[in-house]
Amino acid sequence: MDTKRFHSVRLEGDKCRGCTNCLKRCPTEAIRVRGGRAHIIDERCIDCGECIRVCGYHAKVAVTDPLSSISRFRYKIALPAPSLYGQFKELRGISQVLNGLKQMGFDEAFEVARGADVVSRAIRERLKNPDLPRPVISSACPAIVRLIQVRFPDLIDHIVDVRQPMEVAAMIAKREFARKHGVDEKEIGCFFITPCPAKVTAVRNPIGHEKSAVDGAISVLEIYGLLSSQIRNAPVDITIETASDLGVGWARSGGECKAVSVENAMAVDGIENCIRVLEEIEDNRLRDLEFFEGAACTGGCVGGPLNFENNYVARSNVTRLSSRTPNPELNVDSGMMTKYELYDSSRILPNSAMKLDDDLIEAMRKMERIEAIYKELPGYDCGSCGSPTCRTFAEDIVQGAATQMDCIHKMKEQLKIMAQQMVNLAQTTRE
Amino acid sequence: MAVLLEKSFPVEAGAYTTAGEASTTIKRTLKQLGISAEVLRHVSVACYEVELNLVIHSLGGTLTLLVDPEKVTLISKDIGPGIPDIDKAMTEGFSTANEEARTLGFGAGMGLPNMKRNATEFDIQSEVGVGTTITMSFALK
Ligand code: SF4
Ligand code: SF4
Repeated sequence: MDTKRFHSVRLEGDKCRGCTNCLKRCPTEAIRVRGGRAHIIDERCIDCGECIRVCGYHAKVAVTDPLSSISRFRYKIALPAPSLYGQFKELRGISQVLNGLKQMGFDEAFEVARGADVVSRAIRERLKNPDLPRPVISSACPAIVRLIQVRFPDLIDHIVDVRQPMEVAAMIAKREFARKHGVDEKEIGCFFITPCPAKVTAVRNPIGHEKSAVDGAISVLEIYGLLSSQIRNAPVDITIETASDLGVGWARSGGECKAVSVENAMAVDGIENCIRVLEEIEDNRLRDLEFFEGAACTGGCVGGPLNFENNYVARSNVTRLSSRTPNPELNVDSGMMTKYELYDSSRILPNSAMKLDDDLIEAMRKMERIEAIYKELPGYDCGSCGSPTCRTFAEDIVQGAATQMDCIHKMKEQLKIMAQQMVNLAQTTRE
Repeated sequence: MAVLLEKSFPVEAGAYTTAGEASTTIKRTLKQLGISAEVLRHVSVACYEVELNLVIHSLGGTLTLLVDPEKVTLISKDIGPGIPDIDKAMTEGFSTANEEARTLGFGAGMGLPNMKRNATEFDIQSEVGVGTTITMSFALK
C-alpha cells in the first residue's frame, strides 16, 4: 500500500445516505456528496474523525489494526495511551490496566505516559531556546499538526520538533525489553492502544520522521470488552506504575501545558476552537503566549472518537488516577535526552491541497471566476449541491468538479424561466 | 504588471464583534493562491493590525486587497478623522485608542510601526477632517 496516502478514516459506501452532516463539519472541507454518497478528498483529510462522530448511519469508519495482528511478532508489547485509563470506572490503579493487557496476550505493557514524561522534559529544554518562534506549538495531536499543514502553513515553524509520546514510548519499550530478555529488537512488536484515527495514520505515515517505532495501532473500542473483563481480576501492583502524574495527565486537555511547566501556556480543545486560536496566533494577536497545546477532540485525548467512555466521565476518571500514581514529579534524567531519537529528523512541509493552482497567475484567474460564480449563488450554504458551502461549490465548479445545475436553487430558477417561456409560447400560438 | 485580483471589504467604525473578519478572508484568499508562508506571515500581522485600526481609530472605511504577480498590496482608506501628527503616530508606544477600545485590550500602540515593519513598502497619507490612506505592499519574490 502507498503509505503516503494512507488514511485511517474511510467511508463505507453502502451505509452512506448522502446526507450533509459530515459535509458541514469537516474542518478542511474535504468531503463532497456526489451521486448520492459522500466522498473524502484524500489530500485534504487530516483524519480528525469529526465525520465519524457526526455520522448517524455509521458510514464513516476508522481503519485500525485488529488485535490478531500482534501475532506477527514473537514478542508483543502493548502501549496504552493515558486516555485508556479513563475508560474504566472502578479502576483501583493504573497497574490493573497494565496487568489486564498482559493477561490478554501481550508480553509487556509499557505506559505511553512514560513517553510523555520524557517528551515533557524535552519540550521544557526546547522552551529555553529564545530563538524558537513563539508560541511554540505542541506536536502531540497529529490532527492538529495536519490541520496546520493544510490551513496554517505559515505556522509550521512554530511546531516543536519533539516526537509524540507513543513514538518515544515504543523506542524505550523495545530497547528495555530486548536488554532484559536478551532478544533482538526486530522480534518485538509495539502496539499502540489508540483513542483516534489520527494516531493510526501517524503510525503508518509519520510526520517529521521516516518510519514509526510503533508497529500497529489497535483501537480502544476493539479491546474494550476483553480488557474490562481482564481488569476485574487483575492485581494492583504499584511498583509497575512508573509514569508520573504529569505524564498520565496528558490524557486530557491542559495536561501537556502543566507538564511542560511554562507560565504563559494555553490549552485549547475541539478542532473549531483550535482553528479560532490559530487564526489569532497567525495575526500575532497573542504576543505573550509561550506555548500552545491544541487537541482536536473535546476534552483532549479522552474525547477521542475510538474511546468507549464519554469524554467527561473519562476525564474525571483520569483526574482521579493521575493524582494517585506513586510519582508526583517528573523524573527523567538528562541522559534520556540523548539516548533516544526524541527529535524530528525531517522538516514538516506545508500541504498544498487548498491551493487553486500551482501557477500564481492561473490561480488568480480561477479566483476571479470563483468570485463571479459565487455572486450568482443564493448564499444559503445548504449543502444540497454536495459541497459544504456556496463558496466551495463555486470553487468546485471552477475546478471542474461540479456544474451550476448541481445547485437546486439555480435549477429551480432555471425551471421557472423555462416554465414562463412555455406559457409565453402557448399564448403566442393561441393568438 | 496589471493587477489580476482585487477584493474590497467595508470596515465599520467600532464594530468590534466583526473585527478580524476581513483579515481572515484575506488570509484564506492568499492561501488559496499559494502565497508563500514567509509572505503570509507578514501580511497576516499587518492586515489584522490595519483592520483593527479602521475599527478603533477611524470613522469607517474600506480595506482592499490587490494581488499581482510581483506583490500583494493592502490599502486601507478611511473617511476620517485623519491623523494630525503622523510622525508622532509612527512612534512605538503611541496610541490614540479611545476608552472603549482600551477596555477591550486593544490599542497597545504598536499599530503603525508594526505595519511598517512587516510591509516591504509602506506609505501613509492623512488629512485631518478628510481621512487616512495606508498603502502597504509585500513583495512576492
Ligand atoms: S476525518 Fe476529519 S478531515 Fe477527514 S474527512 Fe473526516 S472530518 Fe474531514
Ligand atoms: S486530541 Fe488526542 S485523541 Fe483526539 S485526534 Fe488528537 S491525538 Fe487523537
